[in-house]
Order: sequence, then structure tokens, then C-alpha cells
Amino acid sequence: MSEIAATDALPKPKRDIAPLLLPVVLAIVMIPLVGSASSWVTLTVASLAMGMMIFIMASGLTLVFGLMDVLNFGHGAFIAVGAYVATLVLLPLASWAQADSLLANLAVLVPAALLSMGVTGALGLVVERVLVLPVYGQHLKQILMTTGGLIVAEQTLYALFGPQIIPMPLPTALRGSFILGDIVISKYRLLAMLLGFAIFVAIELVLNRTKIGLLIRAGVENREMVEALGYRIRRLFLGVFMTGSALAGLGGVMWGLYREQVHASIGDELTVLVFIVVIIGGLGSITGCFIGAILVAMVANYGGFLVPKLALVSNILLMVAVLMWRPRGLYAVTSR
Amino acid sequence: MSALLKLTGVETYIGRYHILQGVDFEVPEGRTTMLLGRNGAGKTTTLRTIMGLWQPKNGSITLAGEPIEKLATPDIAQRGVGYVPESMAVFSDLTVKENLVLAARNGPLDDAQLAWIFGFFPALKKFWLSRAGSLSGGQKQMLSIARAIVEPRKLLLIDEPTKGLAPAIVMSLIECLKEIKRRGATILLVEQNFHAARELGDHVLVMDNGTIVHRGEMAALAADVPLQERLLGLSLEAHQ
Amino acid sequence: MMILSGDPPRSRALSILLVVIILALLATPFIFPGAKALNVAAKICIFAALVASYDLLLGYTGSVSFAHTMFYGIGSYAIAIALYGLGPNWTSVAVAVAAGLPLALLLALAIGLFSLRVEAIFFAMITLAVASAFLVLASQLSWLTGGEDGRSFQLPELLRPGTVFVGKEWFGFPVNGRILTYYLVLTACAAMILALLRVVNSPFGRVLQAIRENRFRAEALGYRTVFHLTYANCIAAAVAACAGMLNALWLRYAGPDTSLAFSIMLDILLMVVIGGMGTIYGAIIGAAIFILAQNYLQALMGIASTAATDAGLPLLPGLLHPDRWLLWLGLLFIASVYFFPTGVVGRLRNRPPAAR
Repeated sequence: MSEIAATDALPKPKRDIAPLLLPVVLAIVMIPLVGSASSWVTLTVASLAMGMMIFIMASGLTLVFGLMDVLNFGHGAFIAVGAYVATLVLLPLASWAQADSLLANLAVLVPAALLSMGVTGALGLVVERVLVLPVYGQHLKQILMTTGGLIVAEQTLYALFGPQIIPMPLPTALRGSFILGDIVISKYRLLAMLLGFAIFVAIELVLNRTKIGLLIRAGVENREMVEALGYRIRRLFLGVFMTGSALAGLGGVMWGLYREQVHASIGDELTVLVFIVVIIGGLGSITGCFIGAILVAMVANYGGFLVPKLALVSNILLMVAVLMWRPRGLYAVTSR
Repeated sequence: MSALLKLTGVETYIGRYHILQGVDFEVPEGRTTMLLGRNGAGKTTTLRTIMGLWQPKNGSITLAGEPIEKLATPDIAQRGVGYVPESMAVFSDLTVKENLVLAARNGPLDDAQLAWIFGFFPALKKFWLSRAGSLSGGQKQMLSIARAIVEPRKLLLIDEPTKGLAPAIVMSLIECLKEIKRRGATILLVEQNFHAARELGDHVLVMDNGTIVHRGEMAALAADVPLQERLLGLSLEAHQ
Repeated sequence: MMILSGDPPRSRALSILLVVIILALLATPFIFPGAKALNVAAKICIFAALVASYDLLLGYTGSVSFAHTMFYGIGSYAIAIALYGLGPNWTSVAVAVAAGLPLALLLALAIGLFSLRVEAIFFAMITLAVASAFLVLASQLSWLTGGEDGRSFQLPELLRPGTVFVGKEWFGFPVNGRILTYYLVLTACAAMILALLRVVNSPFGRVLQAIRENRFRAEALGYRTVFHLTYANCIAAAVAACAGMLNALWLRYAGPDTSLAFSIMLDILLMVVIGGMGTIYGAIIGAAIFILAQNYLQALMGIASTAATDAGLPLLPGLLHPDRWLLWLGLLFIASVYFFPTGVVGRLRNRPPAAR
């Protein structure tokens, strides 16, 4: 690629950092309210861990909407399928998972996660071809079709795995906590945080540094022109849909391990949370989705600690507040 | 001179509306063909139909002898058709550089070609790493055209490039298009600016109500005031 | 014609089907004695009205709301809480109506006004979020709602099964308060459906359809679409709340699973789409098909499942298990969105008219 010295630059549009500061400010404001430093650290770490898991699940949904204007109400199904598929590996190999060896733990955890992502990715392929492709551009039918898909997926899970709750214990190496003075940080939360952040950075890098990313960003803005430049956007979209589904599957595995159990209703439960996150973030925006996920998790954790009763409706209040401030979400994607 | 693009009996519907009602014309290779006509005559729809953005219901479109009317837009683009839409459609979230990187589908940007483009549009070099959305209207138009010529194309479809631009910018745009023409490009150009049309056109097509109502040499139309008035309802001279 | 607001079924097959359903519902206490048949019939009535009110939103304005069960639940809980707290008398019922309806209307108004501020595409997701918060709220505030267990309560004297109007000697079974309740439910639901038919065939209903087809154009014609959509939301919410009240009266109980659960919302969606969106009549057909399937298809599936187990087939017993009937309905739902988006009613209406 040729390097050209830009002799001049237009005044850059001011970077919109207010939403980025929001979680930071919220965390700082909470210090005096929570009172004890150790509780604050625990709550903040819990928020970040939960936020990162939700981000992983929500990122695909927001990209699919941004790129193709498709509303997928069945996104939660991928989360549930992901969690269930992981049990197929984790339960038969429970002895490895419970062995006191990091290597043995990883030898079962990594294949489980990869298998989940593979299955949900493949399922994404089927869903895109069968349920989404016939109803492009028709929001009403998209909602109906994907809701139907959610019902079928959930019922199939019940049929295959039964209605009972399946335990999903954490591997030994991930149990327990790091203790620094009177601050306790659970190992699994730390892992979730790191993994989620790594995925966020990876998505940002792909979007900003690769040609595929250029195409996605261009496609979010103007699908037709991308096609007129000779790119098959449908194929690109299928790729994004499958990646998003696989990420939802990974998120499902992580959530299952976090709760140490799986149930088919996990999809319903998280769908609502994921929707709130993508609405808050602005449909189509990855950065917004990232901030939104952290905010939702913070409100749930701090709120649950300070005013337990409020936790029931805190997400709705957060959504209302954000939308009153910015009706299209924190970062509205341009030109739609 | 052979026809690079040939439309025969093309009919396009948008929803219930019958927009193109049997369009026949040829675009000879290496020449610039102007497509003129009132607003709503079907000029933009013609370009979009060629590009595959609307599917024609009837008729055939051939590019260098190959039928393309059933192909999807990306396939048509890959056969060497560059498109500059009326709305310019630059990707405003991407930088100037990124816009051109995407447009150079077959590989890295070619330095010689870039140097040539910068010769016409120094602004693109100046703002190489700025967001395209922050460019002025004229600069966006330049970027949109640069995107279409950053790689060699067989055929350029350009929709009203001078629309809404300041006269000085229109002049440099016309110079640029002339240079592109000199390099042997085949262009189908929709234009409302008659001065630009006269400067650039070799052949001319006039559309009305979804059909071609006149085809001939641009020079002949430019010289024939009564014909202009009959076809376009006004004369070129009045618009100098 | 007047009673149907000039919008007859417009298809002989559809008319026959509707007449059969209505006659069967009217005669249920007499031709199908027994608690189960009466329960099924009452549920069909209640859901027909509930689904018809949802059709006003989905079919006539094209907006997908997932908060419809919330209004249904408000009605149910209003009755349950009032009759439980104030005692089984008609004053309590009146209090429930006087408190439940305004609450439902107010919430519908709030959601309507709030969703105006945001993008239209958020509507479905926002309603889903609000409804799920409401469900959590209802199951947590146990002092008021009875929590997960819900509230059981006594009916006013007149409606109790113990109140016998006509003795056994006439029909072979007693005509009691239970049967009176059934006819109360039937009449109220019929009235609501006819009222909705009137609404959609009024000039107001035509504006709603114009908004569905092209919101900007409707706005450009001078209609305040905001006002119309909010108004439609409020009407639908009011009818849903009334259906909820009837549901609670019939069950003598209100709980999360019978009135607020997300699965009920999905049932409503299935019924509208299978019956036919934007027709009102589709609600009756959809509710009848769905609830009959829910109650009787399961038995068939049980038989099939056992047969599959006996035959030693893999997987099939699980898929055919009676609890999995929703799986097959989900597939039917997708197929109907795909192949006949206008549902049963649309299908019957579009059949080429028989040779005359």
C-alpha cells in the first residue's frame, strides 16, 4: 500500500468521549457510596467481568444489525446452545476438569469452548440461510422469523438435554481467588475480564486495521456502494453473522461456568440483557456495545449492593436515562 | 467503432411504477456518451439498472458482448464497470485513503495512478488521512470519481457529477473528465449542466418518459437550437 | 352487517369455520359437559379477545410489542389482589376495574410516549425489556402479588360453582355459577372483539393501516402518527387488561405463569400469525387452533412418543414428547411467516371464488 504524506489534515471531528467517561465516573462516584474499599474493588471487578461476558454475547448482534439492518430476536438461542454444547465435553471429562492440574483443566476447557463456537457458528450459517435470507429488509418478518427460531431452538434443547438444570462446575484451576490484603478477586472473574477485553481489542483491530474491517465499516454505512465496488456483501454478512453467533456461543459457555449451571431458559434471560446493551450502545456500534455492557453490569452490581430492591428494574431505568440523553444510543451509527 | 455497452428493450419497474419503458441504446467504446433529459425521465434508473442495482424486468444489457442483465451488482462491477452515483456515496466514516484502498479491489494502490489522480485533485492528497465525511461537497465528488478510476475500468457510469458544485470546481471537474476521456475511457455520463455536456460529449442520448427520444452527435445537438428546445424544452445557449 | 362493522369474513369457508367455532363455544356447557372442555372453551374466548387486541398493534400498525402480557397481567393481578384483599364481593371487582384499567392505560401511554423519543426500531426491544422487568417485579413483590405462587381467591357468591340456578334434573348436570361465569367471559370477549372490529374499520383504523404502509407519507398527509400509534397502544392495552381480568375470574387465581410469562407472549404471537395478521377474525381462528392443539395435540404426541419409544427409534421420543408440542408449533409458525404470511384467514379469503 502506498504511503503518502498527507500535507495537511482537516480539523478532526471532536472525539466523542463523554460516553467513554461514563463508566469511569460511575465507578468513582460509587467509592464513597459503597464505603469500604474492598467491597468497592470486588463490586467493580464483578461488574467488569459480567460486563465483558455480556459484551462478548452482544457484539455479534450489534454488528449484524449495523451491517445488514437485521434484527435477530433469536440471538439468545446461540447463547443457550453454546452453553449446552460445552457440557457435552465438560461433563464426560469431569475428572480432567476437576483434576488439580492446570494443563488437564485447559485440555478440557479449550476444546469445550472451541466446540461450542464451532457448533454455534455452524448454526449461524443455517439460521442466516433459512430464517434471515428470505426476509431481508423486512423488520417485522425478521422479528417473527427469528422469534420462531428461538422457540424451536429452545424446545430442541429441552428435547435433547431434558428440562432439568445441568450443573457446570468450574475447573479447579479457575476456582478460588487472588487475595491482596483485604481485597479478594476471583480467578474466574479475572479471566472473564481479560478474555472479554481481548475480544474487544481484537474486534476493534479487525474493524480498523484490515480490509475485511474496512468493508464492514463501509457496509454499515452504504451497502449498495460496497457492492458497486465489486464486493459480495452477502458473503461478508454471512461471515459476520457466523462470527457473531460463535461469540454468542462463547459467551454462553462463559456465563454457564460463571453460574456453574445451564438451563435452556438462559437464552431468554440473557436476550433481554443483551438487547438493553445494544440499545444503550447504539445499534451497530462496537464501542457503544462495550460501554453499554459495562454500564449494565455496573448498575446491576452496585445497585444490587446498595439498593437490592432497585436491582429488579435498574436496567430499565438505565436504558430510559441513556435514551433520554441520547435517543439513538451512546454512539449512533451514522446515516441510517 | 464497436459498442461496448448495448441496451435492448430494457424495462425496469420500481414497485408498481414502470420507470424504464423499453430503453435501447449503445455506448461506443472509447467515447463519451451523454445521457440528457428532464428530471424523472429515467436517467438515474438507467444507470442503476446497468449496474444491477435494479433488476430489469425485460430486455437485455450486454457488456462487450456478454449479457449482464441477470448478474448481481458485484459481478457487474468485477467485469470492469465503475460507478459514481448521484449521491457520491463516499464512506464518510472512512478516511480518503481507506475509501481508495477499498476501491482498488484488485490489489494495492498503484502509485502512478495515484499521482495522476492527485494531479487533478490535490485536495485528496492534502487530506489523505482525514475522514471523508469531513470533506467539502466538491472534494467528496472528487473522491467519488477517484474511486471509480483508481483502477482501470472498461466503462464508467457517472451520475450528475457537477450537481450542486461551485462553478470553479465544475471547471476543474470538466478538465479532469476530459483527461480521463483522452486516456481512452468509455464513459456514460448523466448531466444536467449543458455547458459540461457540450464540452465532454461525443454522442448524446435524450430520455423522456422512460424511453430514448433522440440519439445523435453531441456537436449536432449543440448547434441545433430548435432541436434542443423541442427535446429539452430549453436551449443550451440560454444556459451559458 | 352493522354488528360486524361492515367487515364480514368475505369467504364462505371462513364464515363456516367462524360459525362452527362460535356455536361450539356457545353450546360447550351443554354438549361437552365436564370441567376440561369448559376450561378449554373459556381459554379460547379469553385468548381470542387478547389476540385480537394484539392484532390491532401487530396487524394494523405493524409494530411488534412484547409488552402485551404485561397489560394482561395487570388485569389479572388487579382482580386477584382486589378480591384477595377486599373480600369476594362485587365492590372488589369494581375496585379492580377502576384501578387496573387506568394503570394499564397509563403504562401504555408512558411506553408510547417514550418510544416516540427513540428510534422506531427500538420499540420491540424496549417493550421486551419493560415486560421482563415487570415480570421480575411481580414475582418479587410477594407481599402484594404472592410472588411465584401467585394469588388464589374466592369469587363473589353469584359466580361460585356452589350457586345452583337449575338443578340436575333438567340437563343431567347443574347449571351453576361456574356456567354463569363462562357466559360472562364469552359475552365480554365477544363484545371486545366486536368493538375492535369497529375500531379497525373506522376512519381511525384506516389511518393506522396508512401508517403501517408508509409512516412518512401518512405524516405528510397531515395525520399525527404519534397520536394515532399511542392511541392504538392504549386501546390494545385496555382490552388486554380486560382479558386478563376475565382470565383471573375464570381461574380464581393470578400468577406469573398464567398471566405474565414470556411464553404467553410467544403464544399470542403464534396465534396472531397462524390465524392471520390484520384481520381480527384471525384472532378467533388462531386462538381456537392453538388452544385445541395445546390441549388435545399433546395427547396425540404422547401416543406417538410412546410408539416411537417402543419401536426403539432414537431422538424421536424426545422430540415427540407431549411437553415438546411447542417445538412443532414453532416450526409451523416459521413456515406460516414464510409461506402464508396472511395466515389461515388470508388463505381462506384468497381462494379463488367458487364457480357461480
